[in-house]
Amino acid sequence: MKPAPFAYHAPATKAEALGLLARLDDARVLAGGQSLLPMMNLRLAGPTNLIDLNGIAELSGIRRAGDALVIEAMTRQRAAERSELVREHCPLLAEAMAHVGFQQTRNRGTVGGSIAHMDPTAELPVVACALDAVLTVESAAGGRQFPIAELAQGYLMTQIAPDEMLVRIALPLWPKGHGFAFEEVTRRGETFSVVCVAALARLDGAGAFARLALAIGGLGAAPVRLQAMEAALVGARADAEAFAAAGAAAGALEADEAPFAPPDFKRHLAGVLTQRALARAAGRARRASS
Amino acid sequence: MSAAVRIALTVNGAPREAEAEPRVHLCDFLRHGLGLTGTHMGCEHGVCGACTVLLDGESVRSCLTLAVQARGRSVTTIEGVARPDGTLHPIQEALAASHGLQCGYCTPGVVMTLIELERELAGRPADEATVRRALAGNLCRCTGYQGIVDAALSVLNAAAQEAAQ
Amino acid sequence: MTAAQPKERWFGQAVRRLEDDALLRGKGRFVDDIHLPGLRHAAFLRSPHAHARLGAIDVADAEALPGVMRVLTYKDLRPLLTCDRIPLAMPSGAIRFDVDPFVLARDEVCHVGEPIALVIAESRHVAEDALGLIAVDFAPLPAIVDPRDGLKAGAPQARTDCPDNLVAKMSAAYGDVDGAFASAAHVVAQDFHLHKGGGHSIEPRGLLARYDAGEDLLTVWDSTQMPHQAKRVLVRALGLSEHQVRVVAPDVGGGFGPKFVFHPEELAVAAAAMLTGAPIKWIEDRFENFMSTVQERDQYWSVEAACDGEGRLLGIRGTLVHDHGAYTPYGVALPYNSATNLIGPYVLPSYRLDIALGLTNLIPTTPTRGAGRPQGTFVMERLLDRLAAKLGLDRAEIRRRNLIQPQQMPYDSGLKTRDGGAMVYDSGDYPQCMARALACAGWEDFPARRAAARAQGRFLGIGLANYVEGSGRGPFESASVRIGPSGKVTVTTGAAAQGQGTVTMLAQLVADALGVRPDEITVIAGDTAASPLGLGAFASRQAVTAGNAAHQAAGEVRAKILKVASGWLEADPQDLELTAGRVHVTGVPGRGRTLGEVAAALAGLPGFALPPGTPPGLSAAVDYQPKGMTYCNGTHVAEVEVDPATFTVTVTRYVVVHDCGRLINPMMVDGQVIGGVVHGLSSALYELMAYGADGQPLTCTYADYLIATADTAPRIEVHHMESPSPLNPLGVKGAGESGTIAALAVIASAVEDALKPFDVTICELPVTPARLFALMPREGQI
Repeated sequence: MKPAPFAYHAPATKAEALGLLARLDDARVLAGGQSLLPMMNLRLAGPTNLIDLNGIAELSGIRRAGDALVIEAMTRQRAAERSELVREHCPLLAEAMAHVGFQQTRNRGTVGGSIAHMDPTAELPVVACALDAVLTVESAAGGRQFPIAELAQGYLMTQIAPDEMLVRIALPLWPKGHGFAFEEVTRRGETFSVVCVAALARLDGAGAFARLALAIGGLGAAPVRLQAMEAALVGARADAEAFAAAGAAAGALEADEAPFAPPDFKRHLAGVLTQRALARAAGRARRASS
Repeated sequence: MSAAVRIALTVNGAPREAEAEPRVHLCDFLRHGLGLTGTHMGCEHGVCGACTVLLDGESVRSCLTLAVQARGRSVTTIEGVARPDGTLHPIQEALAASHGLQCGYCTPGVVMTLIELERELAGRPADEATVRRALAGNLCRCTGYQGIVDAALSVLNAAAQEAAQ
Repeated sequence: MTAAQPKERWFGQAVRRLEDDALLRGKGRFVDDIHLPGLRHAAFLRSPHAHARLGAIDVADAEALPGVMRVLTYKDLRPLLTCDRIPLAMPSGAIRFDVDPFVLARDEVCHVGEPIALVIAESRHVAEDALGLIAVDFAPLPAIVDPRDGLKAGAPQARTDCPDNLVAKMSAAYGDVDGAFASAAHVVAQDFHLHKGGGHSIEPRGLLARYDAGEDLLTVWDSTQMPHQAKRVLVRALGLSEHQVRVVAPDVGGGFGPKFVFHPEELAVAAAAMLTGAPIKWIEDRFENFMSTVQERDQYWSVEAACDGEGRLLGIRGTLVHDHGAYTPYGVALPYNSATNLIGPYVLPSYRLDIALGLTNLIPTTPTRGAGRPQGTFVMERLLDRLAAKLGLDRAEIRRRNLIQPQQMPYDSGLKTRDGGAMVYDSGDYPQCMARALACAGWEDFPARRAAARAQGRFLGIGLANYVEGSGRGPFESASVRIGPSGKVTVTTGAAAQGQGTVTMLAQLVADALGVRPDEITVIAGDTAASPLGLGAFASRQAVTAGNAAHQAAGEVRAKILKVASGWLEADPQDLELTAGRVHVTGVPGRGRTLGEVAAALAGLPGFALPPGTPPGLSAAVDYQPKGMTYCNGTHVAEVEVDPATFTVTVTRYVVVHDCGRLINPMMVDGQVIGGVVHGLSSALYELMAYGADGQPLTCTYADYLIATADTAPRIEVHHMESPSPLNPLGVKGAGESGTIAALAVIASAVEDALKPFDVTICELPVTPARLFALMPREGQI
């Protein structure tokens, strides 16, 4: 289990990295390496050129920019987990972060790396999906932005072109007083999820949903949003009936076959976890507004 | 084969230097480049935790970190954990007292994880669930974890008691 | 200074382990820690097919890669060997044909991962680069993945060199079982599909082989449980004499069974070292471990149990189909253990299990911790649960009615051990053991706890299981105790340790005899140069066999010391004692000699007489032969919570009452029991080595193949009983595997109990969430 040889590049600036990406054939960027390096050790990946982004300071950082929390792609997962800004403005991400990998991999793994890798069982893309994250990718030719919903193009495949890299994730903020919850089922304690659900909810003065978001991961190549149900529930009382309706909608989604997780089991979990996550998120919103 | 590069870093407080190809991960570099064989490799895909070392004080999988990425940085391995006079670190001591090791293969990684946990708790008491969760990324096939957890609790909560006094 | 010091006694003390200090400092010496000048590294090309005919192998491009020294195939190594296949076969009357492996595949590959070629290079990296340059012609053949398919008429052959796929057909039987069923008041029948996980030592396998032409010595540092066995195979296969081969098991990072088995890589690397003259190291990586190290896997049971109107067992009968894998490196031991362990601590008047061992195109199956016993225990305990339900009895009550009573000891089970001896339980109080476990676990109060939890919408269940483990298997183990003129005590043994604390255990025993502290004793285990004879680690045996050997040898050395000293000190041996490295008159520490002085006198001086009446040397060597197996036993009670919507199982309480006779080091016994339990829980809940229909392994990383972690393992509460074994002077029994044995059954019982409202029956392992989901009645879901 030793990686095949590669040429190693350690640019000090983003511009330098983008220049290398433009120039080099068969190049991959190395973020935290907690997904890429296992694949390279197993020789499931073997790029000719490896562009290490870890020395580029400008690619790290978390800041508030208007109505969004902006996370630079190379921000360590552990930094996001401990960030006061994240806890204050984006508590959903803080809650989910504890489920990502292990402490030792979060110390090294990055927020952008996880999202760009788009593992179907990963937690961060689901959170980003619930938050309608806007991704910024750049190449030497310039940058572009698109919503996370447009990222995936199949299993472990994204629309990020070979000469591009993800540089920034903007998470539009929910107002203070919103509720949130992250739920997942794993096959054993701390490991990849089978199905996970991120929920956000805001209630109006009468205890009805003013806004909600439900994202489900693990069913297919990419997280899915329950958009129709979210729209249908706005104005509805945030009660058991609503949670059950959301659960039923999630349980009716398509699910792909996966090892040890047959589609009917995944659909069942999607239903259960959606119901639970929404109930918990609504409960938090209720407490916040009372 | 790609050309070897010079890798200079600080290991256990001392400057060290050796050559390695960029594809050599930190675990192989420490073990075979620097002869520090206390760090062990169990899975080489980042799950078992046997190869855990501290990189600038933070626990990382040395099998998922390239040696070149440690250039100019500070690495702590199990060989650097005991006090300079040879006295065992309290976590090492507690592992022996609580029978927290059997074959000892996973032990170096366990010690590194617990050192980080101790530092992060900074004297706050630890409950069993916290310790078990922190250890979730260190597989041990011998002990059933109980001796490790007991060792950790004894050290972490001793510190908390002292802090309270 | 006449007050006698209290005599220290180390037996029974929780002595801190002598192994720990080096391991804690990162100063252990595992095989990959050993570096030799001129070292070369090996990597194996492995079969990508479960079954294929092997055609031409073209290694030219690989050998041309800079940094590659040689690429070897069967044809290159065969001239060094005395035989085509590696001589591993274990004797068994039942086996129809032995299928020993080749050093490297010859003309057929029979499982994914089977080694085909060996690259020797300047680094492991380069060796792996070269693997991709070897071209092999394969002609794929049909693969047998399920042994039941392979035993059907007209099934394809899993191996073209075997007449069919039935490796062995055998029965475990006694009594008139059909008569018992004819007269039974109640009968239950059940099919079970039991999957048990592999060994998964965190250190994979590995070895370093060096042939020193000057010394004419092949030295192999091998991560093995059985250095003497490895030496024997190497001597025979390489046509060497015993003095030309030394096998050393250095620090070994866990064994758990698979490292008992001599694997082809061990011979291939040793032969390559002889062929090339270079020291060669091969360290198995985890991916290889999943594809080439022996496993435990699947058993398919179809059984029924008969009892009388009061729930007393009358008989059990049925069939067992065992997945044997592609080779037979361990004979029939694994399913035989399953069959004979089924009866456990119960009076079972009649029994017949017909067992078929089927070849498959998967890795060979051999014992991992528990060695087939967990499956037999699982079947018996599940059948008892089923009978209890049928009769409306409490699960504890039906067991109470069937347990062997203490006055029946020694109890002849009616079965034979696998070496043909009678399977006789030597001691134990099974009813008291279960009663204590039930009391400790609050069995009687459980309904109240369950009701309280149910009121909160939580589902709790409780389960129990009893088991017996035959331990301390022979035929012998060696130990020698030696004191030199330095006064230092050295123990050598054929036993081999992989974390069990064997060094400390032996040091404690010898320390008691010689009046020194354990940490003043050096124990050398696992080196064939230090002990001419030995076996090693299997069958929870080393405390019984090596322990008694060391105890007896130390006793002989002590007697010799007393004899010499009594002459010197003009005192009766009975009036002497050994303390602090000296022999002296009891109560008069000043009137004595050091052990070094005694040893120096017995080492002799040229031309001077030895002390009268004593042969030279202060040492004794004993090959202890156990009279029979010692049977440890225990009861496990587990409480679980099952989320009936997500099917997540949490073990909330786990109580063990364990009886392995007298405890040499209670701390280490607890460690063995707790580690064994968690290994068993891991297998019960998580571990699944999955294969596709084509025989491709699907779970070759620890992200796919899950083993228990600290956050999922419960706290294990261990209580001891000490029923001494009458079969050995120390009164000890084995403890290494027993924790594993009941864990599978107890989890199934508890989970089933938690899901009682849904009438779920658990007959398959592991008990995964997806499997529980599939078992739930669709309309009953919450």
